[in-house]
Order: sequence, then structure tokens, then C-alpha cells
Amino acid sequence: MSATTTPRPVSIRSPLRPFEGSGLIVLRNYVTYKSQWKLFATGFLEPVFYLFSIGIGVGKLIHVFEFNGHAIPYAEFVAPGMLAASAFNGALLDSTFNVFFKLKYEKLYDQLLVTPLTTSDVARGEIIWGQLRGGSYSLAFLVVMWALGLVHSWWAVLAFPAALLIGFAFSAVCMSLTTFMTSWQDFDKITMVQLPLFLFSGTFFPITAFHGVLRWVIEVTPLYRGVVLCRELTTGVITWESGFSLVYLVAMGVLGLVVVRRRLDALLLT
Amino acid sequence: MVEHFSDVMIRARGLRKSFGDLEAVKGIDIEVHKGEAFGFLGPNGAGKSSTMRMIAAVSPASGGELSILGMDPAKDGPAIRARLGVCPQEDTLDVELNVFDNLYIYGRYFGIPRAEVRARAEELLAFVQLTEKRTAKVEDLSGGMKRRLTIARSLINRPDVLLLDEPTTGLDPQARHLLWDRLFRLKQQGVTLVITTHYMDEAEQLADRLVVMDKGVIAAEGSPLELIRQYSTREVAELRFPVGDHDATAEKIADLGERVEVLPDRILVYSDDGEHVLEEVHGRGLRPLATLVRRSTLEDVFLRLTGRTLVD
Ligand SMILES: Nc1ncnc2c1ncn2[C@@H]1O[C@H](COP(=O)(O)OP(=O)(O)OP(=O)(O)O)[C@@H](O)[C@H]1O
Ligand SMILES: [Mg+2]
Repeated sequence: MSATTTPRPVSIRSPLRPFEGSGLIVLRNYVTYKSQWKLFATGFLEPVFYLFSIGIGVGKLIHVFEFNGHAIPYAEFVAPGMLAASAFNGALLDSTFNVFFKLKYEKLYDQLLVTPLTTSDVARGEIIWGQLRGGSYSLAFLVVMWALGLVHSWWAVLAFPAALLIGFAFSAVCMSLTTFMTSWQDFDKITMVQLPLFLFSGTFFPITAFHGVLRWVIEVTPLYRGVVLCRELTTGVITWESGFSLVYLVAMGVLGLVVVRRRLDALLLT
Repeated sequence: MVEHFSDVMIRARGLRKSFGDLEAVKGIDIEVHKGEAFGFLGPNGAGKSSTMRMIAAVSPASGGELSILGMDPAKDGPAIRARLGVCPQEDTLDVELNVFDNLYIYGRYFGIPRAEVRARAEELLAFVQLTEKRTAKVEDLSGGMKRRLTIARSLINRPDVLLLDEPTTGLDPQARHLLWDRLFRLKQQGVTLVITTHYMDEAEQLADRLVVMDKGVIAAEGSPLELIRQYSTREVAELRFPVGDHDATAEKIADLGERVEVLPDRILVYSDDGEHVLEEVHGRGLRPLATLVRRSTLEDVFLRLTGRTLVD
């Protein structure tokens, strides 16, 4: 064949298979964390401490507790709340501070984008990582719940994928918010939202304690949706509320993912 | 192997890049051929890095045409990047990984199998003389070592084209020479090199062909020798007089060379016979504090083309 100066018309594919790129970002994060497993462990202990102090400790003072018309021990009410919260906290850690550091200081994503990786790979990879971190805390917590005899239904097996879903939804939305931050001070806003969500999302007491608009507001906050889903699964009392939570959390995660990808395009492909 | 496209690795026609109102690259034409070392020589803000980022298929062009390895960066970004090696202006290593993992993980981003990346990483560590630092943290490396690691990393995919944005800025002379030697070896292996620099000696050492870039446009193009021949004289006589005397003195000797440049600290007289210029200067009763006759360099070409010095 003779040499020609016209460019080849066919589009040539990336050397990476679909989703391989996201997997490689997860691999990169895993390697950086191997040496920091202690940091990883502390995130798991927090919800366990809450379970023991409030669920079991305070639970001793409460004799009968009603949930969806069933009488259950108070600890069984609090535990799934902590399960959802562990996925929430775990996902938050990586998708906020760590992503900000990589984006603004380490310039990690600039390094990745000169390889065959794309902004979609970065967005998916980081979100999956946040989800896995939250999910691993949840899995460990689920084992603790089971060991303490706080699960009675086979539905509880599905609480793990539910926790992964919560991790995905929060990881995606928090990372998208992080792409708008300009300084470390901006993270105060995240902390200001994180604590009330943790305390008032039906984690420690049922939201029947609230009335009117306030109750309605809590019902549409994301962590509440996650708590309801986990609680219905671990107690085995399933209602349409779980279905709503499922759709809500999937939509939240997908929206976050799309925003992250667009923001990375705007910030990095200049 | 059958050649499917010509040996043109990079072709740009009227290539432009704007950042808001600022036009950093104002329509440049370039063509880089297989196996050559192509240089961009220009001062700060000339648009060198902006051009390099477009060639790296990271930064979308604002206008004009760009084809890299016969592909369109807007469509085939990942496929193009798979065959490029990029050494950015600032060392952006992964500070959360050690030296070896910086190479290993980076290689994996290219879809290279595990065992293969491991072997290449060891090979490249030896190539840039960092084998004994393999488990060190990135932050514990010296500036020259970081630069070498960045270059090793850019070679992990055995690129067809290596893009080097100011590879030796900030390095001591010894580290520069080590890097030049490594780049020279790569060139001998047939790797196409694209280098930006604002050191004329680097351009002269490494580039077969170069463009002089200033304020977003190409002012001249050719091999270092061609450029010197075309835009300068064979020799330059440098004369240093007491501060404040330069403008007045320059008028008295304006006829001695083809051209006279007055710099803040010296006068440059361009002539094919520098020694003769010095004799004439003394013959007119002028007493310079210091004199020097040297060959013309790309610095003189740049001064002629833009009226400014490269490194100030
Ligand atoms: N991301 C960006 N956003 C806005 N302006 C930019 C951006 N990148 C570069 N510029 C501007 O474009 C112009 C050219 O910059 P560029 O970095 O390409 O120059 P350069 O030739 O590489 O200079 P240097 O030798 O200092 O590295 C400069 O005026 C710079 O401020
Ligand atoms: Mg630059």
C-alpha cells in the first residue's frame, strides 16, 4: 500500500475495555490505602460505638418499641440506622476531602487524563471507590449485627447491596458538590449538613416524633431514605417505602455521576 | 509492516487556543515527522504549553485543524493518548504512591498486563538511574530525580511520540546533561520527540528542526543552523561599556556590523568577523570594559525576530 497523507477515517478504539478504566482507578486507590489501613479501621468503629452506647445502653431503659406495627427491641431499631450511617460516612470521607486534595493539590486527575483514561472513567472510578469504602464498613457492621442477634430475617442479606446503593448515591452527590468547592473552608458546609442528617434521619428515634412540614422534609432527605430501606430489610417488615427509597437513591447516584463528569470536563479539559 | 499513513506524526493547520478573551495560540501550522526531534522555542507565555496540551489530546482546540498519528483528538482521544508519552511542565507525580508504583500503576492505565508493566518499570528505573530509589516516597526525591521519574513514567507505554514540556527547567547542569543523554538515546531508538524550551542551548542540542514561537504565533521555522544562517551573522562581538554609555556608543559603531543590538548590559555587533569589529572599535578610540567574540546562537535569532531576549 502506498503512503497517503489523508488521515485514516476509521475511529480507533482505546486500549481499555469499558469499565476497565474505572477499575484501574479503584486499583490505584486500593494501593494507596494498603499502607493506611488504620485510617480505614477508625471509620468502621464509630457506628459500632453508637450501637453499643445508644442502641444497647439506652435501649435497656426502653422496654417495648413499636416499628411499623411490630414490637421490636430498641437496639434492633437503632442498628439498621447505624448500618445506613456507616455507608453514608464511609462514602463521604473519600468523595469530599480526598477528592478535593486530588483535584486541586495533587493534580492527580490531570495526570490520569493524559493516559487513555477519560473523565467518565475518573468519575465512575472515584464514585465506585467511595461506594466500596462505605460498603465495606457496612458489611463489617452487618456482621456485628448478626453476631449480636439483631437480625431475624433473610431479607437482611439484601441490606448489604442496599448499603452499597447508599454509598453510591452519597459518593456521587458529595463528589459533585466537591467539584464546586474552592477552599477547605467550604467543607464546613458539608459538616454542617452531615451531623443533622446523622442525628435526625430516623436513626435514633422514629420520625413520627415530627409533625407537618418538618416530617415531610425529613422523609425526602436521602439518609432517611437509606435508613428506612436498611431497617425494613433487617427487620423483615417490607413496605412500599423501600421501593420508593430504591428509586430515589438510584436517581440520586446517577444524577451525581452525570454532574461529576460534566464538572471534570469543565475543570480539567481546558 | 505496511504503512497506512504517511510519516507525518503531528499536523496542525491554523491551530488556535483561546481562554476566554485571551488568545494563547493564534493560528499555527506545524508538521512533525516520524523519528525527528521537533522543538518549540519561546519565552514565557508564548503558548508552548497550550500547544502541547492540545497535541496531548487533553485540551480541545478552539479552532483550526489538528491531526495526531492520523487521528482526530476530538474523536479518538484515548487511542491517541495510548501512543503518546507526556512529560508535563510541572512534575505531577502521584505523591500517594512510591517510586515503583508510580510507574506500575501508570502503566496499568494503558491497559498493559501486570507482568509486562512490572518488567518495563524495572527497566525504566535502571534507564533513569533510580533503581535504588524504587521504594522511596516521591516527596523524598530531589528535583532532578522527580524529573527523571516523570520521564520514565512517560515511557512506560513505549510511545511513538514523546511530548516534553521544558524537560530540564530548574535542573543543575549535571542533571540536564544526564537527561539530554537519555533523550538522545530515545531519539536513536526512533522515538519522535517534541520538546518545548526557553533554553537555546537545549534547542540546539536536541532539536533537528524547531519553530520560534512568540505571543501565540510562529516567528520562524527551520533547523538551528538554518535559522542562525538566515537570521544572524556568523559571529557576534559583545561589548560592555560603563552603564549609561551604551546608546551613545552604539551610534558611533553602528556601521561596523550588519546589525547592532543594545541590551541593558552590553552592545551586540553582528558581523561575520568579530575580531575585526573589536579592532575597529579600538581604532576609533573607544575603550570597552570587557569584550567577547562568539558564534551566533538561537538566542540571537530570537532577539532579531522579537526584539527580546529569551531568558531574562
Ligand atoms: N488554563 C488556562 N486558563 C487561562 N489562561 C491560560 C491557561 N493556560 C494558559 N493560559 C494563558 O495562555 C498564555 C500562554 O500560556 P502557555 O502556558 O501556553 O505559555 P508557555 O509558552 O508554555 O509559557 P512558559 O514558558 O511560561 O511555560 C498565557 O498568557 C497564559 O496565562
Ligand atoms: Mg509552558
